[in-house]
Amino acid sequence: MSEGLARVCTVSDQPLIYARGLVKRFGDFTAVDGIDLSVAPGEAFGFLGPNGAGKSSTMRMIGCVSMPTSGELRILGMDPVRDGTRIRARLGVCPQLDNLDPDLSVRENLLTYARYFGVPRAEARRRADELLEFVQLADRAGSKVDPLSGGMKRRLTIARAMVNDPDLVLLDEPTTGLDPQARHLLWERLFQLKRRGTTLVLTTHYMDEAEQLCDRLVVMDGGRIVAEGSPRALIETYSTPEVVELRFGDERPADLAGKLAGVGTRIDPLPDRLLVYAADGDAATAEVHRRGLTPSSVLVRRSTLEDVFLHLTGRTLVD
Amino acid sequence: MAILATRVSARSTLAVLERDLTLYRRLWRASVFSSFVLPVLFLLSIGLGVGGHVGDIGGVSYLAWIVPGVMAATAFQMAVGECTYPILGDFKWTRGFHAMRATPVEAGDMVCGYLLYILIRVEIAAVVFLGVSALFGALRSPWALVTPLVCGLVALATAAPTMAFSAGVDHDSYFALLFRFVMIPSTLFAGVFFPVGQLPAVVRPLAYLSPLWHGVELDRAATLGAAPPWPVAAHLAYLLVFTAAGMLWAFHAFGRRLQD
Ligand SMILES: Nc1ncnc2c1ncn2[C@@H]1O[C@H](COP(=O)(O)OP(=O)(O)OP(=O)(O)O)[C@@H](O)[C@H]1O
Ligand SMILES: [Mg+2]
Repeated sequence: MSEGLARVCTVSDQPLIYARGLVKRFGDFTAVDGIDLSVAPGEAFGFLGPNGAGKSSTMRMIGCVSMPTSGELRILGMDPVRDGTRIRARLGVCPQLDNLDPDLSVRENLLTYARYFGVPRAEARRRADELLEFVQLADRAGSKVDPLSGGMKRRLTIARAMVNDPDLVLLDEPTTGLDPQARHLLWERLFQLKRRGTTLVLTTHYMDEAEQLCDRLVVMDGGRIVAEGSPRALIETYSTPEVVELRFGDERPADLAGKLAGVGTRIDPLPDRLLVYAADGDAATAEVHRRGLTPSSVLVRRSTLEDVFLHLTGRTLVD
Repeated sequence: MAILATRVSARSTLAVLERDLTLYRRLWRASVFSSFVLPVLFLLSIGLGVGGHVGDIGGVSYLAWIVPGVMAATAFQMAVGECTYPILGDFKWTRGFHAMRATPVEAGDMVCGYLLYILIRVEIAAVVFLGVSALFGALRSPWALVTPLVCGLVALATAAPTMAFSAGVDHDSYFALLFRFVMIPSTLFAGVFFPVGQLPAVVRPLAYLSPLWHGVELDRAATLGAAPPWPVAAHLAYLLVFTAAGMLWAFHAFGRRLQD
């Protein structure tokens, strides 16, 4: 009874995740370096960042399996140190590394996991069947987990994370290592969850994933949050509507940057190509040619989060 | 110290047990030989074969004398076997404990759930073994009916500290040390095959340390209807204290391993 009441209260107003000055240290190495967060009910929130940015460390603190070194953290309005058990009862977690039971069948994996949350057996069976439909694994229900493909295992892990009907779902790199088709299937499923009003928090280093799924995201680098906003707002703030990618045969992009001073809003020479940020890509291209430069290839495209990331950190996201 | 104060809830403990039994239902065939067939073969070869040359010990046939010992040793070895690789595996390879960690299941539930699972496995093996022993006419007292309970206690007293040990190591090479310096010497010298009294007086206390010896003596007292060397309460208390200390160690070791 009282649990049901508490649930209604938290869902209505408070942020589901609230962090101020959150720090995680391993020995004298600082993995998360004082971050502030607030995630509202129903939001799809993303952490975008390169390897080692501190995304998983943050997710594990939110999931109440890793204790913050310092700072304030409240999940579902509760304190992870004191109320870890109660918080975890209402979370669904898809960890970065799959930890399915390889010797159990697909369905048994869902059933045993449901029991960890105290879901009654009959209800667990009902949910397992429903979730297997949802992630399109119903035809593999009786098969062992070991021989499943990476994408199927990932889908099963996501189904498992839903088995307690969680208020908050944490997905750590849900699609890393999957082929494009498997990724699109997963995105579609996650999108459905989002439409149902499930609060999603995910990490990724794929900017297209972040753009597609997240209402709001933070860019993390070196344990810090370097930018925050909706994908569109981030692009508007930190990039230009269009980007021109120029490649030159033998000449080093850095040597040519000088000749392009004043073209577009900003020039970024990368090792293999030169990026020109501009409101109008075609106009910028025309200007490049007018200055007598003859790039071997020209690509005009819309700005993406990749450009935002490059601008903020000076590095590309996926290497 | 805070780690010692882990929570144990009946619901979560039973959920862990349920998972282990589900796994066992899938894998039981692999364990039939070591849990049921091997102990019986042991009994036949040593009890009848060697027994033919040894004659009686303390007025009973060698077979009747080692039945309770082999029974306790089976419980002991099952506990060691089930609490080494499977435990390390659930931390390191399949990460099953990490999966539980993300749910309301606490370290204490993981330990207690698995101990219950071991207990069930050992009880089944002990009852089967008791039945076979009865067929061979190796039981001399109705007290033999309590031996499965003694075996259960031996299993808990062995399993709890072994789980703690396995939760504390990062590599399975440590198990070779455990087998070589604890399990095999215990099995050989804790009164299973010959009376501890035949050991040199200086090493005898080592046998008393092993939970197996207390189990062997209680089982033997039960099947032969004779008094054990120490008061029954003292043997039982030793096993219970060993279990309790092992569980505290295991709570601590699991908590440590799962936290960062
Ligand atoms: N248990 C740990 N002990 C020591 N260092 C750790 C531990 N976990 C993470 N780290 C370090 O903290 C830093 C951040 O790691 P984290 O896993 O949070 O990054 P990430 O953003 O998730 O990266 P990836 O994209 O590779 O998953 C890394 O340098 C990592 O080596
Ligand atoms: Mg990570």
